[in-house]
Amino acid sequence: MTNILKIRNVEKYYGSRSSLTKAINNISLDVSEGEFVAIMGSSGSGKTTLLNLISTIDKVTAGHIYVNGEDITTLKGNNLNKFRREELGFIFQDFNLLDTLTAYENIALALSIQNKKYPEIHTKVKEVAKTLNINNILNKYPYELSGGQKQRVAAARAIITKPHLILADEPTGALDSKSSKLLLESLDNLNENFKATILMVTHDALAASYASRVIFIKDGKIFNELIKGSDTRKEFFDKIIDVVSLLGGEINDAL
Amino acid sequence: MLYKLSLKNIKKSFKDYAIYFITLLLGVAIFYIFNAIDSQTVLMDVTSSTKEIIKLMTNMLSGVSVFVSIVLGFLIIYASRFLIKRRNKEFGIYLTLGMSKRKISTILLIETMIIGLLSLVTGLIIGILLSQLMSVFVANMFEADMTKFTFIISSEAIIKTIIYFGIMYLLVMIFNTISVGKCKLIDLLYASKQSEKIKLKNPILCIIIFIISAILLAYAYWCVSFGVKQMDGANGIFIPIILGAVSTFFIIWSISGLILKIVTHMKNTYYKGLNSFTLRQISSKINTTVFSMTIICIMLFFTICILSSSLSIKNSMTANLKELAPIDIELYKTVNMTSEHAAEYGYSPEVVNDSKITIKETLEKLNFNINDNFKDITDVYIYAADELTTKDTLGGSLNYVKKNYPYLDLNSSEAIMTISDYNKVAKLYGNETFTLKDNEYILIADFDGWIGIRNRALKEKAPITILGKTYFPKYQEVKNGFLNISSNHINAGIFVVPDNAVNDSIKEQEHLLANYKANDEEGKKKIENKISTLGEKAYATQTNLSASTKISIYEGSVGLGALVTFIGLYLGIIFLISSAAILALKELSESTDNKERFRMLRRLGADEKMLNKALFRQIAIFFIFPLILAIIHSIFGIIFCNYLLETFGDDELLKSIIMTAIFLVVIYGSYFIITYLCSKNIIKE
Repeated sequence: MTNILKIRNVEKYYGSRSSLTKAINNISLDVSEGEFVAIMGSSGSGKTTLLNLISTIDKVTAGHIYVNGEDITTLKGNNLNKFRREELGFIFQDFNLLDTLTAYENIALALSIQNKKYPEIHTKVKEVAKTLNINNILNKYPYELSGGQKQRVAAARAIITKPHLILADEPTGALDSKSSKLLLESLDNLNENFKATILMVTHDALAASYASRVIFIKDGKIFNELIKGSDTRKEFFDKIIDVVSLLGGEINDAL
Repeated sequence: MLYKLSLKNIKKSFKDYAIYFITLLLGVAIFYIFNAIDSQTVLMDVTSSTKEIIKLMTNMLSGVSVFVSIVLGFLIIYASRFLIKRRNKEFGIYLTLGMSKRKISTILLIETMIIGLLSLVTGLIIGILLSQLMSVFVANMFEADMTKFTFIISSEAIIKTIIYFGIMYLLVMIFNTISVGKCKLIDLLYASKQSEKIKLKNPILCIIIFIISAILLAYAYWCVSFGVKQMDGANGIFIPIILGAVSTFFIIWSISGLILKIVTHMKNTYYKGLNSFTLRQISSKINTTVFSMTIICIMLFFTICILSSSLSIKNSMTANLKELAPIDIELYKTVNMTSEHAAEYGYSPEVVNDSKITIKETLEKLNFNINDNFKDITDVYIYAADELTTKDTLGGSLNYVKKNYPYLDLNSSEAIMTISDYNKVAKLYGNETFTLKDNEYILIADFDGWIGIRNRALKEKAPITILGKTYFPKYQEVKNGFLNISSNHINAGIFVVPDNAVNDSIKEQEHLLANYKANDEEGKKKIENKISTLGEKAYATQTNLSASTKISIYEGSVGLGALVTFIGLYLGIIFLISSAAILALKELSESTDNKERFRMLRRLGADEKMLNKALFRQIAIFFIFPLILAIIHSIFGIIFCNYLLETFGDDELLKSIIMTAIFLVVIYGSYFIITYLCSKNIIKE
């Protein structure tokens, strides 16, 4: 399998010369096509910074990031927007749906920004809605939806453009356990059936256990890596918990 | 400490305050300029009659200033409420840190004071500078010589501005204190987190309401344009105004739902680029601001009507004069006054005696020799008979007129002239002359409203009876002409009859028309001064001789035109600024929400060009929508003003509409551009 994402010696510093904070300290990482990777770490470990660098929301201090062979650290202006539009899909903790648009329109917007024509938009929205089981809420506004429904709409919006990489930032962070489970199953389903490549940042061990590989980050460095392999989800979950306790951070959060 | 915090806040949120500050500044400057006109005119070389008008104008302007300050007061309170809302979170943090509400009020108080003082001082400076330009404009309007330029500062206007705005700021402070006192901590902290509830209106209801209000509006339009002749009296105008306002409200209420419904069905357009986003943004904004949109629309409508009418009045008034005051002077007095008439109007027996002699003889008694001062002297008489009142002239159309014009007095006697007298006048004025057979009459008038009524009677050849003899109309329509010189078309009707149709027993008035015997303006002014001093002579109390002169009519209409123009400009500009400022503040106050939304779109991969286009469209439509409705209103408003004032020709109207458009584009347009640039700045990452 080809590597969709290649991260090479990336560093990200904040602050001035006198008080330097190394948010990311020399990380290298590969994600191959169709993989579901979770990045775990405590608050301040640098996991969200890493995601922001991949999503081009933030810029690297040093190093290179290649998505589908293209070096995105050198992209500028409209090429950057084009990259985000065509290669990436986003899912955020606080959903980030437009409250003035219906669920349908929120999903459709990702395609209409790409200048797709209406008939094509319509078929695709219907198709995606079916996969994520949100058919019956398409005409509702975000304020009428529950957190889980909102997050599935956001997921639909993220995958409808068939991006090479879906970036999810704490997607279960604002959800109750039942909705979390539903959403994670949906992501798993997307990964299985649509061969979507997903990179998820989380500090929730349960969420991470749905991934096929978990990467642990501590103080801006890769600390450990777990591969699910032939484990059941339960066994994988236990392994994750072990590493989390080793990491020593946020035990309460992880459980 | 609090003072420091306030100062820092202002510095930090200067971007938010910019529009507010500019509006205050403009308000202060305009307030000063129009209240300082008084002192701008002090040094102007003008006649006493113009001085009178200027005095009247400054009185009216200070009356209007009270109204203006009310409008501005509301605007300022509205604006400061917006600014407070924007800072909910900040206040929430202060409260959680243990600051008391009183201290927060104090912070706001200090901020209002700083902003108020700054805007007053800068506004006054700008006002003082601009008012120097204004004095040139004032002199131009009153056609006075600007012999020397003096830099004038009106301390009176400065004090007035300070007092009026001081009161406004005081009110703002009170309102701020009240609104801070009422707010709850939880709402302050989570104000931005609450996702907006979209109240979607039932589209069918929208369509029904839209159609009903469109019909009502069309009826209101009809009332003031094509159906204007059927309006009964002055009160009739309130019906279309109220109908217009109410239907405007409901059109705005229903239109966003309607358009949304239509466009969402045009799927190819709706799902193109950011169209769906832009449309939803606009529609939700219009939905939540129906009331202020209505106010803005009505204010814009008033602005357009006031500006275009007032600007054209002056020009058309002076343009009319050449035609309507073709001679220098018209003297007139009642002849053969009866003792009953004298008793009714309170004339002394001396006046009755004076009515037995001619105008020429009266003037001699006033030591004024007409041959030395006048040329082209034309002496004519007006006759009136009890048997020829208005209702006697209408024939079969009497009932129609009674029904449709119930406010007209149909019982007063009509003016009658002999054909030879009228032809003398017509020749002097350069109007059409006529001939008559023994049993014919001609009706002369130039007042449009009356011409319509008269033509109805003439069409059916309504006969008239004078001294027992009957006459029929020679023409089946009113002929254009007049006797009295004036600034407007005011001749409601003169019946011109054969010379032998009347005799001395029904003689009513003598009119003496003449030009001044002088070769230049200087000489004419000298004679004019002689005429105006006649009233001080001893014999003046013993006659009811009156005079209209071309110069006094001219000055009167120039002054009146200037007065209307100034008041129109004053109100128009204030209305324009207020409506533009409300729109701008509304747009900017939502910029935080917008910032989130645009950040989202950026993550979805929308490029800057797309985002700027969406933002531009959103703001443009928000600004243009009330303007378009106001322009449609104004078309009919101007038609009505035109009918009412009967003064402007098409050329003048076009000129003033262009002027109004320039005002609109400059003021409204600048607010639009500033709003766009500020919003663009806010959504930038």
